[in-house]
Amino acid sequence: MNAAISYAAITAVALASALIGFYGLRVSRTTSDFYVASRTVRPWWNASAIGGEYLSAASFLGIAGLILTTGSAGLWFPIGYTAGYLMLLLFVAAPLRRSGAYTIPDFTEARLESRGARLVTSTLVIVIGWLYIVPQLQGAALAVRITTGLPSWAGSLAVAVIVAVVVAAGGMRSITFVQAFQFWLKLTAIAVPAVVLLIFVGGVEPALPPVEAFPAAAGPGDHDPYRTVSLMVALLFGTLGLPHVLVRFYTNPDGGAARRTTVLVLMLLSVFYLFPTILGLLGRAFAPDLAATGDADALVLVLPDRLVPGWAGDLLTALVIAGAFAAFLSTSSGLVVSLAGVISQDLLGGSVRGFRIAAVASSFVPLIVALATDSTGLAGSVGLVFAFTASTLCPMLLLGIWWRGLTARGAIAGMLTGAVLSGSAILGGGIISAAVPAIRPFLEQPAAWTVPLALLVTVLASVADRRRRPRGVDAFFTRLHVPEPTGRALPQAGAVSGPAASGAAAGTSDRGASSATAGPGGPASPDARG
Amino acid sequence: MPESMLLAAAAGVVAGALALGVVLLLRRLVLAQRELGTDAEQATYQTLHLASRAAKHVRAGLDGVDAARAGRSLRALLGCESLAIVDLAGHVTVEGDDAVRRIAGELAETACSTGKPHVQRRIAIGSHETDAVAAPILTGGRPVGAIVAFSAPVRAGLIRATGEVASWVASQVELGELDASRAALAEAEVRALRAQISPHFIYNALNAIASFINTDPAKARDLVLEFADFTRYSFRRHGDFTTVAEELRSIDSYLELERARFGARLTVTLQVAPEVLSTVVPFLSIQPLVENAVRHGLESKEGGGRITITATDSGAFAEITVEDDGVGIDPVVLEEVLAGAATGEHVGLRNVDARLRQVYGDEHGLVVETNVGAGTLVRMRVPKAHPGPNPNAGPAAGPTTARDGSPSR
Repeated sequence: MNAAISYAAITAVALASALIGFYGLRVSRTTSDFYVASRTVRPWWNASAIGGEYLSAASFLGIAGLILTTGSAGLWFPIGYTAGYLMLLLFVAAPLRRSGAYTIPDFTEARLESRGARLVTSTLVIVIGWLYIVPQLQGAALAVRITTGLPSWAGSLAVAVIVAVVVAAGGMRSITFVQAFQFWLKLTAIAVPAVVLLIFVGGVEPALPPVEAFPAAAGPGDHDPYRTVSLMVALLFGTLGLPHVLVRFYTNPDGGAARRTTVLVLMLLSVFYLFPTILGLLGRAFAPDLAATGDADALVLVLPDRLVPGWAGDLLTALVIAGAFAAFLSTSSGLVVSLAGVISQDLLGGSVRGFRIAAVASSFVPLIVALATDSTGLAGSVGLVFAFTASTLCPMLLLGIWWRGLTARGAIAGMLTGAVLSGSAILGGGIISAAVPAIRPFLEQPAAWTVPLALLVTVLASVADRRRRPRGVDAFFTRLHVPEPTGRALPQAGAVSGPAASGAAAGTSDRGASSATAGPGGPASPDARG
Repeated sequence: MPESMLLAAAAGVVAGALALGVVLLLRRLVLAQRELGTDAEQATYQTLHLASRAAKHVRAGLDGVDAARAGRSLRALLGCESLAIVDLAGHVTVEGDDAVRRIAGELAETACSTGKPHVQRRIAIGSHETDAVAAPILTGGRPVGAIVAFSAPVRAGLIRATGEVASWVASQVELGELDASRAALAEAEVRALRAQISPHFIYNALNAIASFINTDPAKARDLVLEFADFTRYSFRRHGDFTTVAEELRSIDSYLELERARFGARLTVTLQVAPEVLSTVVPFLSIQPLVENAVRHGLESKEGGGRITITATDSGAFAEITVEDDGVGIDPVVLEEVLAGAATGEHVGLRNVDARLRQVYGDEHGLVVETNVGAGTLVRMRVPKAHPGPNPNAGPAAGPTTARDGSPSR
């Protein structure tokens, strides 16, 4: 593999991310036109930004690697990662947008009127964020080692330093455009190689005959139902609590736009996940040796070079590396921005300096953990973070939005129960299951029992504590569930041609709508005014 | 093996935290033991402790959850079997045996009407008999409720204590009323501070429009519409909050009117991060900053100038700045203005500053960088999370506002 091309690709992506971070704001909205400046972000942009932030190393590298090693069982991961947004759409997106809360701790405090509950939530959010950054850094280590031959730590260190510097220097003042760019970069970087490889493999003899690569016995019928259910519970409910996802919904002007955005995210993710799946299946037939060396996660990086000879292969590899680094950088920086927000607000008084300190800390704590541990499969370790999130924040969020009875003590009890149970299953799983082998699957995929238990504890503790129901709960529920008045979908706006009507739908007020009608059709005639 | 390392580290952290907790607990216990003192001191402490625990709840009201919580402490304080708190509307909150509810209401009524403690003996509650004492809670000479203590038998000590507790509760209720009126005052202050359109601006705008009526009727018409838009927004009555996007639209109308006067001498640059647009800010908190820049920065400057408005994303905060390259403000004068001493010039700045501090706390006031001849930069930093009511939830803007508005674009 050509190391020079790899260096060039990594440098280009790092530079592009930093430059868009610093200058994207200037380019995008420097204007003297107030109408342009005060037009809120369209759901399309926002959906791309959410996709850009969400598609991490686990999606870009991990899924193909998992399909290579475990076969069809690995297919559940992309399903779960995507379907989590369905849960978000159905239960959380719009009410949370209406709540006015910017972070999950904000929501907890507003809903439960308790500093204690906020503190517990903040701590969990920080822990989850750090745990989620670790696999990104491990992915970077793997990518750098495989493609350039540098030692592993160089990759983790590079990503951590870039993210810390860009975020701490205030480079993410308009993160939406950076993340949207990263999404389309990632999609291109995985779709183009997948399509090209599919064209090329026509003439290449597979290393493993398809009958052996895809044995019928390892088909979907062979799956352990408990593991599958548990994984689905973790991925579906884990998405609800991810700190960097909620923050993006705040960019939507109202609950309706939050829902539209979520639908678009579902579509974008579905399209994206086709390609890692294709690459994983190709890898099973053409590069089965990777599974044995433990570098299965590098499949996406290695496959183009193996199947496509010459400069074309080099170019495809460069493209894939660029996509992988976009994944590491975008997910990490999105997480670091939201974590630094939470840390600086709750611990450092919310100052600009506090934000910088928190940004550096949020990049380097995971770096230490990433250097001290070995990756055991990116998709798997991100899956465990989802299980932890699903057991801790998800019961609090769901009950907080949909059940008046939730109290601060109930929420704290539930979160701590979930954290202790899933945390000990994840950390101590190896030791406990060595002693009692029968419960190994329950510890490897804990979500199916930890999430219901955490929910149960939350409900029971809240019922026992029902005298302490927050006073403002009725007002808060009204605010969460009553849709905003739809002053924007006026019949006048609908009378104009297509693009103008869509502009009106995205505007935030009647004034925006009327401007949109006047805009494309030239100055409105004086008679049009009543 | 790194996994075991991680595990060891986690175990270490947990053990450390536990050890620290145990040490702190022991230290507290030891200190508490040492400082407990004589029996009399302990009794005083107990009484004061119960009273202060009840105080918070009594202040919040004499019915519902608060009364129930206060009742627990008050019963322990009086050492009686059952205790009832009755408010003027007849809500009875019972701590102890719930069977006394009806009789407590009657006794409270008697005590309230006489204004004196009232003792009733040999009341049959189920199978046994008990005595009761009811003491009215008098604030400003008027009864607001009563405390009824049930005990068998009621001795003189309990009668006196109940009377004292009732008068203590009365003083707490008065303090609670004070709290409420203080909050109402703060709210009224915010409303009073809510920015007003300056008469100066109306006069100038109308003059500018008048000057176009003959020469350029179409433009005059547009300006009148801008003026209508601007006044509609500024005079709206619902909600003390708005979004940055709406505030920007109002600034647009305002600047359109000012441009009629300034002509090409006024240039405006905007740099707005779209994430910030839906951030909720106090109503009319940015427009006065722009008006200040125009009136005090650029109006008196030869050849006009430039105003730059930026809104950037900063973690959980939104940062909004308004900069002009006008004549600047003397820092000494500005300090006096913000402190509330001088009146007249820059009232808009002081007004916004006071409201921001009122809503978000003192650390979120305006930051002004300026000097004579060096232009002015005003910066505000507001949290994106807004616990207040939803700004969009007010009455929807009616169809009167849906006419075509802005052919100037």
